[in-house]
Amino acid sequence: MSDHDKIYSTQLQDKTERSTLLMFVLTAIAVAIGGIVEIVPLFYLPNTAMCQNDPTCNNTQHKDLNGNVIPMDKIIWNPATSAHKTLADWQPGDGVRPYTAVETAGRNVFIREGCFLCHSQMIRPFRDEKDRYGHYSIAEESMYDHTYQWGSKRTGPDLARLAGKYSDEWHRRHLMYPRDVVPESVMPNYFWLADKKVDVAETVETLKVMTIMPFNPVPKTIYTDEYIAGAAAELEGKTDMDALIAYLQSLGNHVKFEEGVNYRD
Amino acid sequence: MEAKQATPVKYDMEVVRWFTIAAAIYACVGTLIGVYVASELAWPFLNFDLEWITFGRLRPLHTNAVIFAFGGCALMATGFYIVQRTGATKLWSNGLAWATFIGWNLIIVSAVITLPLGWTSGKEYAELEWPIDIAIAVVWLMYGFNYIMTIGIRKTSHIYVSNWFTMGMIVMITYLHVVNSMAIPVSMTNSFSIYSGVQDAMIQWWWGHNAVGFYLTGGFLAIMYYFVPKQAGRPVFSYRLSVLHFWALTFGYVWLGAHHLQYTALPDWTGSLGAAVSLAMIIPSWGGAMNGMMTLSGAWDRLRTDYILRFLVVALAFYAMSTFEGPVMSIKTVNALSHYTDWTVGHVHSGALGWMAMVAYGAMYHMIKKLWGVEKMYSEGLVNVHFWLATIGTVIYVVAMWVSGIMQGLMWRDYDEYGTLTYTFVESVSAMHPYYAMRAIGGLIFNIGTWIALYNIVMTVRTASSARSASAVPANA
Repeated sequence: MSDHDKIYSTQLQDKTERSTLLMFVLTAIAVAIGGIVEIVPLFYLPNTAMCQNDPTCNNTQHKDLNGNVIPMDKIIWNPATSAHKTLADWQPGDGVRPYTAVETAGRNVFIREGCFLCHSQMIRPFRDEKDRYGHYSIAEESMYDHTYQWGSKRTGPDLARLAGKYSDEWHRRHLMYPRDVVPESVMPNYFWLADKKVDVAETVETLKVMTIMPFNPVPKTIYTDEYIAGAAAELEGKTDMDALIAYLQSLGNHVKFEEGVNYRD
Repeated sequence: MEAKQATPVKYDMEVVRWFTIAAAIYACVGTLIGVYVASELAWPFLNFDLEWITFGRLRPLHTNAVIFAFGGCALMATGFYIVQRTGATKLWSNGLAWATFIGWNLIIVSAVITLPLGWTSGKEYAELEWPIDIAIAVVWLMYGFNYIMTIGIRKTSHIYVSNWFTMGMIVMITYLHVVNSMAIPVSMTNSFSIYSGVQDAMIQWWWGHNAVGFYLTGGFLAIMYYFVPKQAGRPVFSYRLSVLHFWALTFGYVWLGAHHLQYTALPDWTGSLGAAVSLAMIIPSWGGAMNGMMTLSGAWDRLRTDYILRFLVVALAFYAMSTFEGPVMSIKTVNALSHYTDWTVGHVHSGALGWMAMVAYGAMYHMIKKLWGVEKMYSEGLVNVHFWLATIGTVIYVVAMWVSGIMQGLMWRDYDEYGTLTYTFVESVSAMHPYYAMRAIGGLIFNIGTWIALYNIVMTVRTASSARSASAVPANA
């Protein structure tokens, strides 16, 4: 028997090593399994904020301290059941909503400048994070974030609950020249954002695209045809700086959290 | 390993030469940009108020240049080299290999242009916009198809272990790139992921970690399994260990991505599952590292004289260290401290500089001598200088990030005797300054090494070319 015919492992392994096709097929199967097990259920299980047109979001249930189910429209804004019917009327605490036209323009700036590389938007359920940033983030809060912005690094602080923490004017000064406001900051100066007009066409297109997403699209009852038609006027004359500040002021005040309730189970 | 043939095969090595030179150039550029962005965090005036070189725009260029330009060219050079030599065959298509070379480099050029302009999809390590993503898919499939077809036409009975790893990489990166890049465009330069929130996060880190697992680990393990035995002049220590190493990593690595999302809004089980499998991966990873190390048994004395072998051995040491560190960081209690801090950055760089770059350079030095038919590099002394700069630079970098990362994590969670947070966030930022400076210095030392390597490689090639034209005898690739 020549050396090449001797089997040093198992018959299956030896057969696989002799066949390009078999090696290819077995490898292709082996590398697929883990991803399927971890990803696919996230489209079907509760508490993953996969809502589509299902108001229960795969039977997600958050219960208050008395064990009563909190209706999902308290978590996710539903113009049909809310007292506030349009994006313009929406109030903090009404529930998770998609971004307004100006905020969408600001979010595009946020992504373009790579802000997420230094600023996370995902608060973990720890005492220090609650004291520093606020209530921990829940899945529903980023359900409209196509291209999520949770980030992975805090070279600067988390931004998930930035809304209302500082005034617009503070943000403007800080974004223009961060070290004027925070001397130890290592953030670049962004004064040049104040000289750029927002890209109206791209922002309007972004709103339209958000309504045709295959997963968690923005309902047409929120981005109505009228709203999209009026978006250009809303964006008129706004700078990238205005838009970015509007976006930052919209982060994290959507849901009215009740003390002691477990929102993550 | 290599089949002994009566008539030597004439391999297609010109494209390998070009990929090798390209890798040497991109290593210099990629790490130089790294040094620059690191310096921006230490001395923010370096942003110079120019939007194109702000940290947020330049950092993706650094990661893309190192992973896809340097790493990609090193993988394709070694891949095309290994698949021919272990199969005793020419490439299935030399033309397709050249098209891959040109296509891959055009993608790199487009990254250099588009990322500083802020054309980004906003996904870490997958920042390139959709037209480039499509180009990547096409070129990657060209590479993969050619590679697998070359395995198919091999003259040897068995497929060599390096080619298993490369095949795993080719398949997995195809899955990852296609699924993770699914987006709807709003213009030629902007698009949005079809997934959102939880699902997008999981898919992003399934991509993010497996780009590490299959590209920066699997692909480079293919390098290790060929070049360590070659350079040591001994067969792989254990064939059975390599079988275990391959199948365990191929099946297991895929599960790890979720450990990047511990304590986030992702369901708890997903991160726990990711961490559990991460811990299990210590066994095959260390088995593989031992397999490489023990290949040297009986040849350890060569480490005193063989500078290329030093690169390979230190790479294996960093591989073992990182594959222990990673699972430890995935444990929830450790992750609670390490996540969001510089510790992660340090971990990535002990892998990228210590393992990936070191093993790649070991292979590149080995290949260059074979490819240009020379006995020695232009200067063996400079190989040694490069080795020490790379090792010292990496250690300084990693130690700086360990200290700063753990310090950040501890400062953020510290409470004083009144039950309030001891430090404001910005106090943690200013405490990082010395470590950010130290990191930039470590990176710079590593970067200087890459320029020395490039000089040495260029001089070797020039000397070989002039010797060849003087004697007019074609050198064997």
